[in-house]
Amino acid sequence: MGVGDPLGMAITHAIASGMGGMRAAGDLVARLQMTKAMKIKEAKEYVASKLNVPVDQLTDPVVMTEVREELGIGIITPLPGSAIGMEAKFRVAELLGIDINCVRRFKEKTGFGR
Amino acid sequence: MAKIFSRLGDGSPIELTENELRRDLEEGTADAADRGKISPLSEEELKYLFDIFSSPARFVSVDRGKEVVLSYDAGTLKIRRVGVAVNRIQALQIYEKLLGADTMELAHVDYSFKPIKPIVGNEQPVLEQALLVTHVPLFYGAMPNLGLYSQPDGPFPNPSELMPQGKIEEARSSYEEAVDAAVNDMVFAASAMYESGADGINFDTTGAAGDPDFLATLRATEILKQKHPDMCIELGMAGEFVLGMHAGLTYDGTRLAGLYPHQQVKLAEKAGVTIFGPVVNTNASRSCPWNLARALTFIKACCEVAEIPIHVNMGMGVGSVTVTDHPPHDVVSRASKAMVEICRLDGL
Repeated sequence: MGVGDPLGMAITHAIASGMGGMRAAGDLVARLQMTKAMKIKEAKEYVASKLNVPVDQLTDPVVMTEVREELGIGIITPLPGSAIGMEAKFRVAELLGIDINCVRRFKEKTGFGR
Repeated sequence: MAKIFSRLGDGSPIELTENELRRDLEEGTADAADRGKISPLSEEELKYLFDIFSSPARFVSVDRGKEVVLSYDAGTLKIRRVGVAVNRIQALQIYEKLLGADTMELAHVDYSFKPIKPIVGNEQPVLEQALLVTHVPLFYGAMPNLGLYSQPDGPFPNPSELMPQGKIEEARSSYEEAVDAAVNDMVFAASAMYESGADGINFDTTGAAGDPDFLATLRATEILKQKHPDMCIELGMAGEFVLGMHAGLTYDGTRLAGLYPHQQVKLAEKAGVTIFGPVVNTNASRSCPWNLARALTFIKACCEVAEIPIHVNMGMGVGSVTVTDHPPHDVVSRASKAMVEICRLDGL
């Protein structure tokens, strides 16, 4: 978006128009735009189908926290044992059926999955 | 008749009558339509804008279900810029966990590919470490910034000195050499960051140095997509039309100078760009309604022809956001809502 003063720009846009990031499903929809160049409608529908939720609940932090916790794809307030960072991204790649660059690199570096 | 609160493009508060508000909206869209040879906003869209601006609410938002993905050019730097003493990985986590960011971007304070090239080996471990602890997609971003390639900052004769001497061909040659050097730097640094695991590369403020800057970025994109077909490349522009600093440069047979967003995006698509970020500059001495109607007209035309996702630049001084360090919520939220809903955006 071209950010500046965080309250004036980033926070205002996030509340006015944003998907909420990992409070909801914004990071997941973003991944479909980035890996498959999907337009917003198509990307939302794809993610909703994979999460098995209606499209209009993709930005609901209450619904999505439960879904994310259950799927182990990262939540804002991690509980003991929650998937964090790279652990969560492994699951995101599998769930969405996409290649995540750093996950692939992690596997190569660790020999995981050979 | 009650006055309507609004602002000038420089952020200063003003009051408009209903007639003045209507006039500014009509003149703003007419200006863009004339410059871009595109359609103005419809009566219905102008009425929608009138309603948004005449609302007394200090904050407005898109309707439920119309939310879009946000990307953050140089986001990490903005936490440090306001004097909050955190490192860049902490800044990424602040955006991800506290500010609801859908994506984030790691960036160096010297935000251009030329100075990043010699220190890219120091940038890679920071990204690699950040990727272990964050969840949202991470871009690595910088500017093509061809201004750094001319003397005294760079190796090539300065075209701004050659032009006044009438040395037009020499100036053009200098730009052409700068394009080649910039392509090398962008491909080198972007490849390194991608190989370290970046989810995407952001070429931010493309075209800041005019048509050579835009050409270098298109060529770098082409090369990077051949090298790494899965690489996500976001190309964000610097201004609403491409400045003709060289004026004779072409890409795929199209002259670059003077292109507006709806024309720029087609070349971006040809080069292999994944997400395009068009820009419309804010005029500081006209009202925000004038600026927003004008910006929407350009961006709507761009979205109508785009086949790739569009993330409009809505930072300070563009997209009708005021040219101030601390843009007010009333203007930013109105611009954000209208841009998403009228243009059917994919993101900001």
